[in-house]
Amino acid sequence: MIKLTPRRLFRIPVKAECISPDTLAEKSLNEIATLPLWEGNQKRSLSELFKIEKKPDTSKNPTIQIVGDVGRVRRIGAEMTGGRIIVEGNAGMHLGEEMNGGTIIVKGNAGSWAGCMMKKGTIEIMENAGDYIGAAYRGSTRGMRGGTIIIHGNAGNEVGCFMRKGLIKIYRNIGQFAGIHMKNGTIFNKGNSEGRAGAEMIGGKIVLCGHIPSILPSFTIDSIKSSVKIDGEKVEGPFYRFLGDLAENGDGKLFVSQEQNTHLKSYERFL
Amino acid sequence: MTELLIKNGFVYDPLNAVKGEKMDIAISDRRIVEKVDEKKASVIDASGMIVTPGGVDIHSHIAGSEVNAGRLLRPEDHFKDVEVKTAITRSGVGYSIPSTFTTGYRYSRMGYTTVMNPSMPPLEARHTHEELNDIPMIDKGAYPLLGDWWFVLEYLRDGLIEECAAHVAWMMRATKGYAIKLVNPGGPEAWGFGRNVKSIDDPVPHFNITPRDIIRGLCKVNKLLNLPHTIHVHTNNLGKPGNCTTAIETMKCVEDLAEKGRPAIHITHCQFCAFKGSDWATMRSGADEIAKYVNGHNHVTMDMGQVVFTDTTTMTADGPFQYNLYGLTGNKWVNHDVETETCAGIVPFRYRRKSPVHATQWSIGLELALLIEDPWRIYLTTDHPNGAPFTTYPQVASWLMSRLARQATLKKINKRARRKSLLLSINREYSFYEITVVTRAGPAKALGLKQKGHLGFGADADISLYNINPALVDSSKEYKKVRKAFSKAAYTIKDGEILVRDGQVVKTVPGKTFWVDVKLSSPIRSTEDLKRRFRDYWTVEYENYPIPEEYLKASAPITIPARI
Repeated sequence: MIKLTPRRLFRIPVKAECISPDTLAEKSLNEIATLPLWEGNQKRSLSELFKIEKKPDTSKNPTIQIVGDVGRVRRIGAEMTGGRIIVEGNAGMHLGEEMNGGTIIVKGNAGSWAGCMMKKGTIEIMENAGDYIGAAYRGSTRGMRGGTIIIHGNAGNEVGCFMRKGLIKIYRNIGQFAGIHMKNGTIFNKGNSEGRAGAEMIGGKIVLCGHIPSILPSFTIDSIKSSVKIDGEKVEGPFYRFLGDLAENGDGKLFVSQEQNTHLKSYERFL
Repeated sequence: MTELLIKNGFVYDPLNAVKGEKMDIAISDRRIVEKVDEKKASVIDASGMIVTPGGVDIHSHIAGSEVNAGRLLRPEDHFKDVEVKTAITRSGVGYSIPSTFTTGYRYSRMGYTTVMNPSMPPLEARHTHEELNDIPMIDKGAYPLLGDWWFVLEYLRDGLIEECAAHVAWMMRATKGYAIKLVNPGGPEAWGFGRNVKSIDDPVPHFNITPRDIIRGLCKVNKLLNLPHTIHVHTNNLGKPGNCTTAIETMKCVEDLAEKGRPAIHITHCQFCAFKGSDWATMRSGADEIAKYVNGHNHVTMDMGQVVFTDTTTMTADGPFQYNLYGLTGNKWVNHDVETETCAGIVPFRYRRKSPVHATQWSIGLELALLIEDPWRIYLTTDHPNGAPFTTYPQVASWLMSRLARQATLKKINKRARRKSLLLSINREYSFYEITVVTRAGPAKALGLKQKGHLGFGADADISLYNINPALVDSSKEYKKVRKAFSKAAYTIKDGEILVRDGQVVKTVPGKTFWVDVKLSSPIRSTEDLKRRFRDYWTVEYENYPIPEEYLKASAPITIPARI
């Protein structure tokens, strides 16, 4: 196990795609120390910014433990294919970007773009996350293509933008436009949503267990379901099931809790 | 005065009939000369290397408002492909639509020294030249789009060929253009009314002339003005199944206008207009028919417009075609109307091996190049970025040079497309000599650039050297070596200066911009009518419309006496 402790609180962004089990696993301590990373426009070595310790591995998976606040450190675990990263503190933007396997656990908050374009693996964030979780890069239509993201706190806007496969679970509230442009996959939200869920979605499933101010007019009510299955698990409802986004000729399914959304009762007359 | 001597290379210079002989090339003061003082000159040891003229690209969308809109549209295209700043080069981004500086560096690294930007809406000429000014390392030029220009349509409708010619001469000077470009003649004008022209005899709304009239008219104008290149035509019905008949009719319609075996028409990115079939399900290759026609007639030149399986961005002035492409793909899109002149569209596109249509398109491009017997009549392009980015040229060259390379790709493509592909029955393989023709000598000859594309005495010292020994390397078997060598020039020399060494840029220079300055027997007069119409119909006043010569960083006018 490799333990990284930031030598100071970073005030400007650090780009650290080298912090990945793939890069660090086979290397000696000296090699690790000289790995390059950028702090703002300055090129630094890993040992300049982090105290590096090597400890005997407790599990078979190569593990990186980051102890301290790395909220300004971007691209941690980018493109990793296996192993584990445990962040005991906050993590910065682009956490696990294009990840292709392995596990990332953040004990604090994570920035925006966590798990964007990821293909495989698991990201678990114990507190809040920013916007664009599991999204596609700006302009691209290739969002999350597999894997799981679990957020125990809140998440920002546009969760799962252009999502194609995989699962995103958020246990507290989410912002606007969850599942925008979604093609496939599942978004599960236990808390409240700020609305406009599923805009321009053409497939996939969004399950909202909390309150939503309104449903987009381009969605049509289909039925009321007593429960819904997520990743083999049954979530008890009842849920309104909406289909859309019809503006895109879409076939996405939007499940909204009946209990928490009494203001949507007027939809029932269309059933 | 810099003197340079390239010793012991295998020289390929098709315009001077040199086919891989070992010889020395001497350079003095930007030109190729008979000999230099060996003691004073710096010497490049080119033993075991190929020495060819610098590459000439006849059709590549590298600058202009369309290209720039494409850049804005595609941040995801840039983020994967980043060019890092060095001590002498600037940073840049972009895979299919690289930024200006990067475009220059990448062309130069492949050994190219001259590139033509084929689609310049006259109104956007200023923008185009601003970008061309910013593209270093290569000489360039631009073709203004005149096939849907209102004045041209009116003159041709009234049968005023000489007046039309005088107007085109003014336009060439005003836009600093090099050749007449026609895109889907009549189509963009019809697109202004939500329509398109369906064949070369379908009249253009409100003008009551047909694409045939426009093509023939501008071909005559081209002859009257003695322009160095022929008319450069993107045919009607491009990208539609069954369009190979349109392409052949287009070539046929100017058959009688050719003189003394000189070409009269250039059909560009011919792959996109060589489809047979009635719809996408029955779409198949029409390359054999086109090749048969071209082999039997010598008034046509064409370029491939090869497709490579990659993610790219399509952009043309053919607005209706781009709109259809958006309908097919559902991708994000741009469509734009350029006042009274033309229109344009952009759609990101991914060519997939497993798609029967894309795989057939890939096959068609190569079939055309292999079935047309004379390499002087077909040139290597990918219609950058429509078929693929220009950085894939080495790969296209390796397909042309090696049957094995083609088979390796054939194995991976869609089954139905593979079964129908004519490539299975084609054994021809290009030699180094022929590759030099299709990438250098041929395009230079077709463009009428007398100083380019050859290594004769007096030619511009634009030379590229590749680290591959034709005596030892069998290009048909070791195609990977060829591809590698072509993508990383050992040396690129432009105007007698070494710009690239071992695929690394070692010096940056601004390139020249060619344009034709046609001298008419009586000077061009700007009529009151012209000024009035600019005031009525354009957003730009007549006085602000022409681009002054000082606007070009390195202006290189080619003065031509016209026949009128």
